[in-house]
Amino acid sequence: MGEVLTGSHFVHGDWACAEGAIAAGCRFYAAYPITPATEIAERLAQRLPRVGGKFVQFEDELGAIASVIGASYAGQKAMTATSGPGISLMLENIGLAVMTEAPCVIVNVMRGGPSTGQPTAGAQGDVMQCRWGTHGDTEIIALAPQSVQEMFDLTIHAFNLSERYRTPVFLMADANIGHLYESLKIPETDGIDIVDRRKPTIAKGEYKPFSTGEDLVPPMACFGDGYHFYATGLTHDERGYPDMSVEAQDRLVRRLCDKIRRDAARIEMVEEHFTDDCDVLVVAYGITARSALSAVKLAREQGVKAGLLRLITLWPFPDARIEELTRRCVGVVVAEMNYGQLVREVERAAMRRVEFVPKLGENPHLPEEILAAIERAGK
Amino acid sequence: MSSLNYQSSKSLRVDRLPHIWCQGCGLGIVLHAYADALQETGLDLDKVATISGIGCAGRASGYVNTDAFHTTHGRALPFATGVGISRPEIKPIVISGDGDLFSIGGNHLIHAARRNVDVLVICSNNFNYGMTGAQFGPTTPSETKTPTSPYGNIENPFNLVALVASAGATMVSRWTVMHPTQLKRSIKRGLIKKGFSFIEVITPCTTGYGRLNKMSPIDMMRNLKKIGKIRKVLPTEAICDPTTEIVLGDFVDFEKPTYNEVFESLTQRAGVAP
Repeated sequence: MGEVLTGSHFVHGDWACAEGAIAAGCRFYAAYPITPATEIAERLAQRLPRVGGKFVQFEDELGAIASVIGASYAGQKAMTATSGPGISLMLENIGLAVMTEAPCVIVNVMRGGPSTGQPTAGAQGDVMQCRWGTHGDTEIIALAPQSVQEMFDLTIHAFNLSERYRTPVFLMADANIGHLYESLKIPETDGIDIVDRRKPTIAKGEYKPFSTGEDLVPPMACFGDGYHFYATGLTHDERGYPDMSVEAQDRLVRRLCDKIRRDAARIEMVEEHFTDDCDVLVVAYGITARSALSAVKLAREQGVKAGLLRLITLWPFPDARIEELTRRCVGVVVAEMNYGQLVREVERAAMRRVEFVPKLGENPHLPEEILAAIERAGK
Repeated sequence: MSSLNYQSSKSLRVDRLPHIWCQGCGLGIVLHAYADALQETGLDLDKVATISGIGCAGRASGYVNTDAFHTTHGRALPFATGVGISRPEIKPIVISGDGDLFSIGGNHLIHAARRNVDVLVICSNNFNYGMTGAQFGPTTPSETKTPTSPYGNIENPFNLVALVASAGATMVSRWTVMHPTQLKRSIKRGLIKKGFSFIEVITPCTTGYGRLNKMSPIDMMRNLKKIGKIRKVLPTEAICDPTTEIVLGDFVDFEKPTYNEVFESLTQRAGVAP
């Protein structure tokens, strides 16, 4: 009873994220306090002990993410939440989670950077860091909520994707969404889809922890299940044993990347408004997409056929859809709360010049700022 | 190698042998003592997870027939904390080295001890970073010449048992690889003990430290036997100087509630949701 708080609530985004985690089945949370993600920890410190879960406040973010991977291998759904400086400290172990295929959710409630930057100010400056921050070749899944409701919904979806693909999944929120109060509807438990990692069905003596079938995602035994398996951050073979051969590196890195690349079309999520006939396509995500939608509507009132493509998955990046939509457009606008990050991806996919609207320092774009760019792009 | 009749073969991953360690290295003795201790305590091996960090000692987890995980440098303890707190029926054992646990992972070590996480830490101390080529580390004696201290080490070494005891460890011991019987006995004690337990094992790095300081493998072993003195002293008095004296023994052993036990009482206070 009471594990899923079905009903209507008026809450902030961090609260919704915490409840989304509980609804998804998260029973281990580890973090280090950091603005503007601390409220997630505070909510879970209160809630997890009451639903049979564990909350641990760690000495730093390096420890927090390491313990999340440990809990994941011990069979729990596990999460951590932080902001840019914390992610910077976690990056090495995010690579470990990719390499050892540990399902887990990492929430980044983004704030202004670089360095300590502006702790209380929202930003979208870590969207490339989450894609490329850890070393080596990796594929990452990252979701960008635009509302308190999506802080709940996409946290659950992040867990489902992490369990399905055995990979860390980022929820890329920002201080504006994290601290925003608005209404949240939590559905009945029956109305929430939950995905759990696939377990091995093979005899214990024959289990190879990194042997896969067609989907390239290995079934996952957990500590305590009696399989006595070994996992390492070193390049390894199907048994999990270190293998320093050229072939092993090639085979493993390709599989780790391809299990996500091959399924990218299935993972990608976008939302489209007025894109059927648009001359100017606006691409935005997170809080920025709300201003962008207002700008698109204002442009339509002025006779400019604008449309909005809202990215819900930042990674994998929806190249094909952007190429398709922009082929018939006169111009493209990208608005994001940084000094030029995802705009490069849009330029690459659209293969044309893009009108870019940067925004630095706490306040989301005004619709008029994006409208002006739509007008420039439509000429 | 599977034809060899190891007493501890059930707790070793014999298809992974021979191990990677150099001739004259003591890490095989540490592994052997751990494997035998696992057998002799009769623990359910399904409920043991062997976790290690990076470095020569960190390779140990790959040779143990339990669930095992080779983490990143310094992060074995927080990984083990995640395992042991999320699944209290699993006993995490951390096997790693002095550089991994006390330099890059030093912060985690003192905090895991402070929390009294139910974990046994077996720390091999070879007074240098062996795997990268014998550079000085947090245990290297002052004035020692290493590739990164060519004019002599200007830093001071930690006394590991004193540090861990002051951080709150409930069991603290030190042995050398020339004391395998006592080492195994302490590991067996640590395996069944509830709480943060720490065993330091002094082991020679013959290829790195030994070669650079003109000590043969056999000299290094003999030296450990000669200067290792078993004494009942406080951890702060347990000298650890590989040139003069290394004090050995079981220095700390007491009971206090573990993190999981305290969390359980917190759960009672918190009640049931919402």
